Amino acid sequence: MSVTKERGKATAAPASPDGALSPDELLAAYRIMLLARATDERCLSLQRQGRIGFYVPASGQEAAQVGAARALLPEDWVFPAYRELGVALARGVPLETLLNQFIGNSGDVLKGRQMPNHYGYREFRFVVASSPIGTQITQAVGAALAARHRKDPIVTISFFGDGATSSNDFHAGMNFAGVYRAPTIFFCENNQWAISLPREKQTRSTTLAEKAAAYGFPGVVVDGTDIFAVHRAVSEARTRAAAGDGPTLIEAQVYRFGPHSTSDDPHRYRTDTEVAHWKDTDPIKRVRGLLVKARLLDDAQDAALVEAARVQVGRAVASAEALGPVAPGTLFDDVFASPTPRLAEERAEFEALVRDGVIKS
Amino acid sequence: MTELTLVQAVNRGLQQAMRDDPDVLVLGEDVGVNGGVFRATEGLLKEFGDGRVLDTPLSETGIIGAAIGMALYGLKPVAEIQFLDFIYPAFDQIVSELAKFRYRSGGQYPCHVVIRTPYGGGIKGGLYHSQSTEAYFAHTAGLKVVIPSTPADAKGLLLTAIHDEDPVMFLEPKRIYRSVTGEVPDGDHRVPFGQARIVREGTDVSLFAYGAMIPVVSEAADVLAKEGISSEVIDLRTLVPLDEAAILASVERTGRAVVIHEAARFCGFGGELSAILAEKAFYSLKAPIARVTGYDTPFPYALENLYLPNVERVVHAARATVRSG
Repeated sequence: MSVTKERGKATAAPASPDGALSPDELLAAYRIMLLARATDERCLSLQRQGRIGFYVPASGQEAAQVGAARALLPEDWVFPAYRELGVALARGVPLETLLNQFIGNSGDVLKGRQMPNHYGYREFRFVVASSPIGTQITQAVGAALAARHRKDPIVTISFFGDGATSSNDFHAGMNFAGVYRAPTIFFCENNQWAISLPREKQTRSTTLAEKAAAYGFPGVVVDGTDIFAVHRAVSEARTRAAAGDGPTLIEAQVYRFGPHSTSDDPHRYRTDTEVAHWKDTDPIKRVRGLLVKARLLDDAQDAALVEAARVQVGRAVASAEALGPVAPGTLFDDVFASPTPRLAEERAEFEALVRDGVIKS
Repeated sequence: MTELTLVQAVNRGLQQAMRDDPDVLVLGEDVGVNGGVFRATEGLLKEFGDGRVLDTPLSETGIIGAAIGMALYGLKPVAEIQFLDFIYPAFDQIVSELAKFRYRSGGQYPCHVVIRTPYGGGIKGGLYHSQSTEAYFAHTAGLKVVIPSTPADAKGLLLTAIHDEDPVMFLEPKRIYRSVTGEVPDGDHRVPFGQARIVREGTDVSLFAYGAMIPVVSEAADVLAKEGISSEVIDLRTLVPLDEAAILASVERTGRAVVIHEAARFCGFGGELSAILAEKAFYSLKAPIARVTGYDTPFPYALENLYLPNVERVVHAARATVRSG
């Protein structure tokens, strides 16, 4: 699915053709995309300086992420992978909250338990991510069945990459969802690379979306750099799911501009030419083009928005770095609802080591 | 009170929980129409319908992944894995996801799933219907591990598991599903976690076991009694949380310990028990700790009776322990 045609005559109006994204909403989405991009750029730099331990960039995937998130309701449940910065911001997670998680400081809601980017916030129906690939897919299906059991009129959505389509849980989740007609959406961000493995070596299938046919429900390929197309695809899938018509697999074709994470060097496995080719369809440039064309934005205003995003990130970094470290005693919290005798004993042992100066906390 | 087999007690426990709480549901392979391959879920589909008793596709990772999603949403799913030997496709979901949700989210996402699964040998099940790999789960922070040995405990511990707030591995000793019967309290009978059961009191040696080994060890204790050796039989009931206080108190009384399980010895749960005794009851011990366990081979088919600890091996080990100090 592709909606936006900058070079044609299709986009006289800036609002999405289905009317679901108004000009104001498009501008709001653009600001979130800018914030995500600025966060990526800053965090890659913070990681190089040793100020955060690790980072997973999402640049190039902003239209897919923000477009999808804006088609959901706040009550819907999101089961993300670890690359869903645009989704988190569009769900309303404050940037400071995310920065606290990246640093793992005393303000981190997750209490410093996870590597950067592996966050989750119950308040925003954004389930906590993990590193194993695809595990959230079956979980999203289970939550969808639970919501239906409770007669809650919501849907669940799982986000995952092209690599995850080879995982056990992709198959199991798609199969369960088909069998039970679960009110869920499978949103695959095909960013063309699973660390060093290109999409064409991940599967012989022509598209990832076509895999849905084997499970008995629709699969849709969408241009993931086209925010209108993504928004429409997710809106339609949401309507289907909520109406009891079952799941949809959406393959949003995007490109990962950066490395898989700060631990790899993409020059080892892909060419600059390929990256440059995809940067022509940078989703931020595309939305900016639409806004400028519709006279909702001029160059000066755009520059101010870019700068505002940069300033906002700078403030969030400063406030996160001002907070102290996670309290050492929290090491033993949240293993169980209440500690077993063994955990209580280990905590006492740990505290004695600190008290006696054997270890420094 | 009703006289029930162990598997009937499991069934009554599930039925009780489902009657009391609409959030409890059951899912797994063949649990609906067929009532489970061991009949543990018999009658539940008829009473509660297919919205609460889900016959699932044949995918353990699908079963546990879906159960996790249900639990995150607030339901109380009880997943059945047909045999413990078939749980490994779901190992990632259990170890990486279920066990860690509460911790990794900073307490935001408790994830309360009960996984029921028959374990252990003695049914001529060969390599893939006999294993006793409780140590994998006991080793994983965030999981509770429960193994009943009587019908009353099967129901009481299962109801405690279903109403607990943490993930529970509920391992059912299939070898004694029907061979053991007993009086089971009616209604919402609950047995607390972390409280070992003294099966019989004794003064010369403590015999620590759980699950299907309890009848074997009890019979061994009868044989030992005839020889004038008084043994104390302790049923651990829950490996996590472990009732260390009861274990240590017993060895302080008897001064000797034999640990019995059907799992392989190396890195088996008996190793942990032995280490606890060595660390915390060393000065009470009059003799080295002995272990009677399965061997460090894959589980055999034709020779399973030689693999599994039996009365003779338990008696032999206890006798040697008592004579050695």
